[in-house]
Amino acid sequence: MKRKLVSLAVAAALTLAPGALVAQQKGGLKLSDGVVKIGILTDMSGLYADLSGAGSITAAKMAIEDFRAQEKGNVFPIELVYGDHQNKGDVASNKAREWFERDKVDMIGDLVTTSTALAVMPIAKQANRITIVSGAASTLITGKNCTDTNVHYVYDTYALANGTGKAVVKQGGDSWFFLTADYAFGHSLEKDTSDVVKANGGKVLGAVRHPFPGTDFSSFLLKAQSSGAKVIGLANAGTDTTNSIKQAAEFGIMPKQSLAGLLMFLTDIHSLGLKTAQNMYLTEGFYWDFNAETRAWSKRYYDQHKRMPTMVQAGVYSSTMHYLKAVKAAGTDEAKAVMAKMKQTPVNDFFAKNARIRDDGRLVHDFYLLQVKKPEESKYPWDYYHVRQVIPAADAVGPAANSECPLMKK
Amino acid sequence: MLTRTQWGFIALIVAGVLAPHLGVYPTFLMKCWCLALFACAFNLLLGYTGLLSFGHAAFIGAAGYIAGYSIKAWGLSPELGILAGTAFAGVLGYLFGSLAIRRAGIYFAMITLALAQMLYFVWLQMKFTGGEDGLQGVPRGKLFGVIDLADTLNLYYFVFAIFIVGFLLIYRTIHSPFGQVLKSIRENEPRAISLGYDVDKYKLLAFVLSAALAGLAGATKTVVFQLASLTDAHWHTSGEVVLMTLLGGLGTVFGPVVGAFVVVGLQNQLADKVGSWVQVIMGAIFVVCVLAFRRGIVGEWMTLFSRKR
Repeated sequence: MKRKLVSLAVAAALTLAPGALVAQQKGGLKLSDGVVKIGILTDMSGLYADLSGAGSITAAKMAIEDFRAQEKGNVFPIELVYGDHQNKGDVASNKAREWFERDKVDMIGDLVTTSTALAVMPIAKQANRITIVSGAASTLITGKNCTDTNVHYVYDTYALANGTGKAVVKQGGDSWFFLTADYAFGHSLEKDTSDVVKANGGKVLGAVRHPFPGTDFSSFLLKAQSSGAKVIGLANAGTDTTNSIKQAAEFGIMPKQSLAGLLMFLTDIHSLGLKTAQNMYLTEGFYWDFNAETRAWSKRYYDQHKRMPTMVQAGVYSSTMHYLKAVKAAGTDEAKAVMAKMKQTPVNDFFAKNARIRDDGRLVHDFYLLQVKKPEESKYPWDYYHVRQVIPAADAVGPAANSECPLMKK
Repeated sequence: MLTRTQWGFIALIVAGVLAPHLGVYPTFLMKCWCLALFACAFNLLLGYTGLLSFGHAAFIGAAGYIAGYSIKAWGLSPELGILAGTAFAGVLGYLFGSLAIRRAGIYFAMITLALAQMLYFVWLQMKFTGGEDGLQGVPRGKLFGVIDLADTLNLYYFVFAIFIVGFLLIYRTIHSPFGQVLKSIRENEPRAISLGYDVDKYKLLAFVLSAALAGLAGATKTVVFQLASLTDAHWHTSGEVVLMTLLGGLGTVFGPVVGAFVVVGLQNQLADKVGSWVQVIMGAIFVVCVLAFRRGIVGEWMTLFSRKR
């Protein structure tokens, strides 16, 4: 009996031991539980699995390996976990809570789709952990719903609408017609872009709203065609966009009128094919074939993932790296201290040059106005875009003065 | 001497009280209890009245939005918010029910599905729901102004108590004379009519009760996750609850609870490991369940048990 008690006590002591070592010193750092844990919460099975998903996990892994290599192995322990939020806000919220409360995750990255990002951000704030949104698009993330523990790293609808709208008008596409997904997101995309078009001297001839999600766009496209507008703006996303482009090609809308995608990714072009997508305008925050530096990184990425990175995946790499450097510089993984370092230090890598994180959490960096190449212009695999213009950071990101984020008013 | 059902109750309550102390993650359990209540409410309609509603997502979703909005925007306390959501789902159930019970079988299912889809698009368009983005940041608040629900364990026992109350109400309903009439409608509707029962009234009341309890589950879920989203209002949810009920055991008291735990547990465990294969696995389980053990887990177990005796 006594022996049993003793062994019980030993067992108890052993299980409790890790708890007693909280806030231990590792590599000269104060870490909350001896390890920096990064969680990639993404869509691994649904609509956005291509543009984020497994590719984002690969990117985060690469960032951790590269960080270790840079520090020559003399680093604090880093762990990576990942999960599938299935694009559902409640699944994301559940997972995030579990990661924060039970698994001691310090930072959650990727967060594709706005509903999941907005669900996780307040939970992270409560738990005093960091979120870095790379995948989601809404301006709410750094607007009304902003938190002081969040960074919106890659893009938002403002940057894309603004970039494409302004540039296309300047290139001569001065009359627009919108094909809009009939819900809040579509409406705001349409409104943002219309404002930009009008401000730059263009005309908006009208808009037609299609139900979300839609499959048959024929009647809407015919309306757009008969409007005679030079540009048809696609204020929708995901399969709605790709389907409307395919059907527009069938109706022979191009090249008389041109399409402008307001929220599109490299992978969308890849799956549409250049024949269908050619001549389209779109804006992205990163293009792998932009310069030697982006190519070098993207080729390394390609070796691991067998696909070229989207801006989201490149953003996950860059933001994870930036986060790890900030942890090292701050000497702790406590969210506020790390966030202060992240905002203090400019991002300077293949993804962004001299980019700073604003008070509302927005990373202010350059965007690219792109035009999809014709099939005969594409020289090698994934050679999809002409870079028509670099949109300087100051123009691309929503002006600070108009921000609805309370953190910006200082 | 206790009956088997009473033993079941005791086991359920003991398990529910102890589970968070045995290392089971409380938030996961809370989700399970909410969906278990949802499945039980659904079972009241399908298992005991024989009405297959394919629009129950409408009630869980609507109650979630109403509870979330009233707590967040009007500053209601959580218990009042949950009551508001439940009441709304009840009213909605009355409206849907009075239309749908005029038809039976597949038409009944289609009418409920159509109404639920209409409501889905209403939520998508409305400003206060946040459309695709959902309604976030619902404060958990203080229960009766005293108990702080931000503490996970407090919240857990609150959710568990709600589940038990809802569950007992369903149990009581099933075993009341009213429940007996429902069962007779399930078995032979013309005969129930010929015996002089106003069948439509019974069906409607069962529908309203089921809708309100589904709403109770949805409103509680909103308080747990601090958000209401389109996921709950989507027809997938209506399909999932059918799976939970069938898998656990249609027309058994504990079946839907077991079914909800199995389905939520599997989704939780598998989601990160197999990705999109979750749907395939769920589908396979459904097929196996329908082919091999139609009575569901609890149903089969009970048959096995009584055969041995």
